[in-house]
Amino acid sequence: MTFITGATRRAFLATAGGGLAALVVAPTSALADAKMVADEIAKLYGSKSIKEGRIKLDLPSIAENGLVVPLSFEVESPMTEADHVKSVHFFAEGNPNPQVAAFTFTPFAPKAAASIRIRLAKTQNIVAIAEMSNGDVYKATKEVKVTIGGCGG
Amino acid sequence: MATPKPRVRIPSTAKAGEVIEVKTLISHEMESGQRKDSSGKPIPRKIIKQFIASFNGKEIFRADWYPAISANPYQSFFVRVPETGTFTFQWVDDDGSVYKSEHQVTVG
Repeated sequence: MTFITGATRRAFLATAGGGLAALVVAPTSALADAKMVADEIAKLYGSKSIKEGRIKLDLPSIAENGLVVPLSFEVESPMTEADHVKSVHFFAEGNPNPQVAAFTFTPFAPKAAASIRIRLAKTQNIVAIAEMSNGDVYKATKEVKVTIGGCGG
Repeated sequence: MATPKPRVRIPSTAKAGEVIEVKTLISHEMESGQRKDSSGKPIPRKIIKQFIASFNGKEIFRADWYPAISANPYQSFFVRVPETGTFTFQWVDDDGSVYKSEHQVTVG
C-alpha cells in the first residue's frame, strides 16, 4: 500500500479496524529492496566497477511527508563534448518500484544538476548512479528517514 | 482530469553564454498505479513519463520519470543561453499526450 492521498486515506480510516490492519500488513511484501536495486544497476552497467564520489546528493535526512521529498543533485564535471555526464539514475530501496527517475544530459547542459520531488513509501536508501562520457560509473547513497510514508500508513 | 498546465520560470533576457536555472512545474496527478479506489479496485497508472528540454530544436536535457515522482511534478535544471532563441519544454504522458511550453530568450 503506497501513495494513498487524503480522500482514500480517510475512506480507509472509516473502515473497520480489521480491514485496515489487513491493508497495512499485506502490501509491504510488494516493496523493492536493496537486491532489486542492485539488480537494476547490474542490468544497466553489468559487472563494471562502480566508484564512490563525484555525486553531490541533496536529500533531507528526515522527511516528514513521504509524498513530497525534495531531491537535488550535482555531478562534478566540466560538461564538455569530451568529458561530460551522460546519465544519472536514481533508485529507491523501499518503494514499490526500484526506479525513481533517470536523467540524460548532453554537453549543451552547463551543469549536470537538477531537482525533483519524489515519493517515498518508508525509511530507505536512495541510490544515485552517474555515467560519464568516458564510461566511468559513480555511485552515491543516502538514507532518508520517512515519518509518514507516501502511503498513508 | 483537467488538461495539465505547465508552468515555467525562465528569464526572457540573458547575457550570451549565461547559465540559468530553469524551474518547471506541471499540474498532473501522477497516478502511481498503486492506489485502490473505494471499492478496492486498483486505479490504473497514469503518469507523465518523460520531460524533454531543448533549445532551437537541439536536446539539452531529458528526464524519465517513474511513479515515484510526486504529483504536480517539479523539475529544475540548468541551461546555457548561447544566443537568442527558443527553449521548448515537453512533457510526455502515459496516454501519449504531449504538453508543450515554449519560451523565447533574448541575448542582449
